[in-house]
Amino acid sequence: MRSTFGSPVLDAATRLLVPFMWLFAAYVLIHGHDSPGGGFQAGVILAASLILLRLVRGQGSRPNLSSRDAVTCACAGPLLYGGIGVASLLSGGNFLDYGVLPLPMDPVQVRVIGTLGIEAGVMVGVTGVLVLIFDVLAPWDDGTV
Amino acid sequence: MIDALAPLFLLLMVVCAVAALSVKDLLSAVTVFGAFSFFSAAFFVVQDALDVAFTEAAVGAVITTVFFVCAINRTVGRPE
Repeated sequence: MRSTFGSPVLDAATRLLVPFMWLFAAYVLIHGHDSPGGGFQAGVILAASLILLRLVRGQGSRPNLSSRDAVTCACAGPLLYGGIGVASLLSGGNFLDYGVLPLPMDPVQVRVIGTLGIEAGVMVGVTGVLVLIFDVLAPWDDGTV
Repeated sequence: MIDALAPLFLLLMVVCAVAALSVKDLLSAVTVFGAFSFFSAAFFVVQDALDVAFTEAAVGAVITTVFFVCAINRTVGRPE
């Protein structure tokens, strides 16, 4: 933004909202098994909170994700997803066949953990990509991306 | 009861879409388009597609609105 349009009201509202948005994103991610939600929605909520922070408090606001870290996230998400898939392939199963992962747990629990892992990968990737799109579109003062 | 709301939401979607096309100011058009997304999400809820409604409300009503506003901010000519 050309100048941040922060005001005490916006600042207070952001401080109040953002922790609950993060909590809700975590809930949507973890509870995505049994209710609507999942990695994509959790990533969108997380990205919305980060974009809200950027809009109100400017590019250098903390806590926030820098553009460089957003690129890292956008790459780490698919890597996590594919990594779990390949790990189950190397453990003797099919691609993304989490049940065979060598974890000291019940196979059902291993399956749940594997699903949570790929959902977390989706969340990290979606968050990184959305924050990155916003950074490219937003007309920052110094022209940095 | 709640099924009866589906035609209402569809009608409101059409109204919002026509309004977004006919409005002259681009920022107003984006705002009306956000309302379109919201009614679309409400329609999905009525249709028992909660997952789709969730995504539509998060992406359609929030993220794309912010992106459109940023894009419009870039297209408006400035003296400098």
